[in-house]
Amino acid sequence: MADCFDEMKGTDGTIRPAYAGLDAWLRDLSPDLIDQRCQEAELLFRRIGITFAVYGEADSTERLIPFDVIPRILSSSEWALLQRGLTQRVKAINMYLKDIYGRREILKAGIIPVDLVFQNQVFRPEMNAQKVPHDVYVHIAGIDIVRVGPDTFYVLEDNARTPSGVSYMLENREIMMRLFPDLFSRYRVAPVENYPDELLATLKSVAPDTAAADPNVVLLTPGIYNSAYFEHSFLADKLGIELVEGRDLLVKGGVVYMRTTEGPKRVDVIYRRVDDDFLDPLAFRPDSTLGVPGLMSAYQAGQVTLANAVGTGIADDKAIYSYMPEIVKFYLAEEPILRNVPTWRCREPKDLAYVLEHLDELVVKEVHGSGGYGMLIGPTADKGKIAAFRTRIEADPKNYIAQPTLALSTCPTWVERGVAPRHIDLRPFVLTGKDTVRIVPGGLTRVALQRGSLVVNSSQGGGTKDTWVLDT
Amino acid sequence: MRIRVSHLTTYRYDSPASRVIQTLRMTPRPHDGQHVVRWRIDVSADCRLTTQEDAFGNITHSFSDDVPTDHLEVLVEGEVETQDTNGLVRGTIERFPPSLYLRETDLTRADPAILAFARAVADAEPDDALARLHGLVRAVYAEVTFDTDPTHPATTASEAFSLKRGVCQDLSHVFIAAARSLGVPCRYVGGYYWRSDGITAQEAGHAWVEAHVPDLGWVAFDPTHAMCATDAYVRVAVGLDYLGAAPVRGTRFGGRGETLEVAVHVGQAFQQVQS
Amino acid sequence: MLSRTADNLYWVARYVERADYLARILEVTLRLTALPLAYVGSTNEWESAVATAGCSRSFHAAYPEADEDNVKDFLAFSSANPSSICNCIELARTNARAVRTALTSEMWDVINGAWLELKRFNNAPGSREEFLRFLRFVQETSLRFDGSAYRTMLRTDAYWFFRLGCNIERADNTARILDTKYHLLLPEDTHVGGPLDYYQWAAILRSVSALTSYHWVYRESLKPWLIADLLILNQKMPRSLASCYDNLVRYCDDIAEAYGRQGAAQRKARGIRTRLSNLKMDEIFQSGLHEFITEFISDNNELGGTISRQYLM
Repeated sequence: MADCFDEMKGTDGTIRPAYAGLDAWLRDLSPDLIDQRCQEAELLFRRIGITFAVYGEADSTERLIPFDVIPRILSSSEWALLQRGLTQRVKAINMYLKDIYGRREILKAGIIPVDLVFQNQVFRPEMNAQKVPHDVYVHIAGIDIVRVGPDTFYVLEDNARTPSGVSYMLENREIMMRLFPDLFSRYRVAPVENYPDELLATLKSVAPDTAAADPNVVLLTPGIYNSAYFEHSFLADKLGIELVEGRDLLVKGGVVYMRTTEGPKRVDVIYRRVDDDFLDPLAFRPDSTLGVPGLMSAYQAGQVTLANAVGTGIADDKAIYSYMPEIVKFYLAEEPILRNVPTWRCREPKDLAYVLEHLDELVVKEVHGSGGYGMLIGPTADKGKIAAFRTRIEADPKNYIAQPTLALSTCPTWVERGVAPRHIDLRPFVLTGKDTVRIVPGGLTRVALQRGSLVVNSSQGGGTKDTWVLDT
Repeated sequence: MRIRVSHLTTYRYDSPASRVIQTLRMTPRPHDGQHVVRWRIDVSADCRLTTQEDAFGNITHSFSDDVPTDHLEVLVEGEVETQDTNGLVRGTIERFPPSLYLRETDLTRADPAILAFARAVADAEPDDALARLHGLVRAVYAEVTFDTDPTHPATTASEAFSLKRGVCQDLSHVFIAAARSLGVPCRYVGGYYWRSDGITAQEAGHAWVEAHVPDLGWVAFDPTHAMCATDAYVRVAVGLDYLGAAPVRGTRFGGRGETLEVAVHVGQAFQQVQS
Repeated sequence: MLSRTADNLYWVARYVERADYLARILEVTLRLTALPLAYVGSTNEWESAVATAGCSRSFHAAYPEADEDNVKDFLAFSSANPSSICNCIELARTNARAVRTALTSEMWDVINGAWLELKRFNNAPGSREEFLRFLRFVQETSLRFDGSAYRTMLRTDAYWFFRLGCNIERADNTARILDTKYHLLLPEDTHVGGPLDYYQWAAILRSVSALTSYHWVYRESLKPWLIADLLILNQKMPRSLASCYDNLVRYCDDIAEAYGRQGAAQRKARGIRTRLSNLKMDEIFQSGLHEFITEFISDNNELGGTISRQYLM
């Protein structure tokens, strides 16, 4: 941990300018006061929290993701770089999806192996030659970014299906502003609270041409038992749109309607938080009760917009990830602004040989795993686990990629009555509408609360922080 | 051969269904061995039939009916002129490279038993891809007995294979799972089969498979009859498995106690004298 | 609004109302069974409680005998009885949770708080005292829920559907009490019975919290036909069938006006109210109290079904 980049102290211990105010403030505060604020934060979370906890069962305490009161701060120039990089990347992703489900130029050019696309379960044949309104596939992307140095940001993962977490971005800021008004007076922090408006504007902009002037947008949730239900309900509330379940919608004459007390009302845009597989029992899993029978047929007829589009998994699949720099170059003829984590593709013999030789240094990931499962972290794994993984990789090399263990940047974090550096990542949310890309300045910073841990996933003991982008 | 098909599906509900929505894949398209002379679909409900084309080029008809009803009839009827092409299927709509048909699906996942079965067939014909598929069609025929009792539309290849019994759908799924495990792109075909024994009434349509052979293209095999498809076959829809080619996929709301009746007639049409 | 949202609101109201009603029945039964036998006769009041709750059949499928323990358990706590108090609260909360944003936070706090509190009573209370506390708690929950709805909800369709649920359920409950006890309410000349009935009459009034109201309205000692009049036709008495139907018609009309369209639900509600307002008590007795009530229960159910079909599906 000694040789990783700390966002407050850099690598040499000098306080970086963006953190100067925070550093002074932290030194002024007594540990007792911070402890007290932590408790207040916890209480507030439980209260707003109550809005959240409502949806968790009786043991709602489990649902509270730990919140760290020390903000993560990005300077305006750092953010400018990220913003350009994210815009570029998401533009390329949308062009790539249009191409993959259309002319397939990138396959013809031999840049991505054909089998990686067509034999991939996340490639949806149903989307082939399907026109989507305004050529936008990924309306909401959550791009996971890690930092390894003052100017080096890597994209770790492109979440292009139904990324979640934005409610934490919004709530974390609410809580911070309530708890530390004086800290906000020392800094000019760019606001994030306009995210719901930006999202609604984005969704309305991509309504099909057949929609009314003021399109009807709804949020489709799998229902109260889904782990992200509170976010669905929270967003629907903030956007002022109906939160619907599959059974609230019906398809008639190729048009989607919602059942209201005043009769069927036409739906133009569906912000869906239901996975492809469950969207329409007539097109995908026939046993799905979460979906809307006939939805795909209406979608194909261009009568409704799904956000995100069906089949976007073929953009954020781990197998495709390593080709993202080539994808950016191919469609935009530009050098990628944000780099990929160097990745070895075990499907390629040369890479495979290297990976098998360096298993104890690398992070090996299953191409179709997620959330930190199905993963080997070489440096911390014992011999038995490495050997077991070697067998698995050799049996099916195509299913694995490997990356170096990254020295993720750290950020001061409040732990047991003291400030200590902990590893962090960042998930900004990128909105793509009819003609614009919108990114609110900030995102969800996840922090690995265990000392030395690199795993920030909330399912494995990660917490969150408020993310500040400085305005000047 | 000129084949005349009529396929009547009747649903009856003890208590009326308040809403029915269905997608039909019941309309054949022409290819080199098949010319569609006439074809029509008739649904008893008062509703609009929307015609679309699915991912694999199958013609689909969708409709929804909101008038509470205690029965629903779907009638397809038509005539198709067919030619024996020795199983070769050419002139079809191909939207994807054959390798797409290597994807496994829930219904066609090969379990260890199928893997071993496929391996044994392959080992017997090490050199020739076509011979290997002929071997496979005979082996599936020999291994899985035709029996309408033990399986249902959601039975998987591995379940049918362990039962050693099933209908044409199950035999096709077993064939597909085995062929894909050997690296042969393979797909499911739904359609009709004309019986040479003069019996025209059937309880259902038929199902077989198409496998992709380098240099030859798609070749149709029928594991239920251990042979290649001939001019007795009317090809209607293809998919990765039954679900992709199912003649009907639908949902109803309400309508308890559904009974389903299917009457299929496949006969030879008399040639009309052209004037 | 979404039909499902309206449906949830309608059912939250019904379940809370039903829980309240069950608690009242149980409380009244406890009171009756505490009296010396000489005052109440040898009727099995626990059996009658089950009948009044409308679940005789399912009760006897589960228990051999209607004694205090069995009935308390079945009506209050049993998870096997879909209409037990605990299940009603549970279902009310499930419905509330699904429409969390359509309820005010006050209403949510009441129902969620009650649901959490219920866990404390989870092991059926042993003593009568403790059980009585439980019944009071259920009634208070319903009062607080109703009160917070009254004080905090916007008067829009959400409120009206909520109120429709309340009133349909309330009318059904009142009718069921009458259905079980109608033999006690027949006019004097046809009535076989004696002073024993006094306590039964008082119990009926208590179960709809109308004992005091009775005296204010009639200024008489308890007379069975007056009790029937109070519970059926008196529009001033909040739990009477007539009062429930005044409300049902009003809320149905509010909805129709807001939507600019009326339908079968409005016609049905008006039809039933018209009948109630044109009837006199002697006419009801003449044509048969029992028949009247049976018909009312089925009419009321039908209105519930009509509302569902018109708005909630």
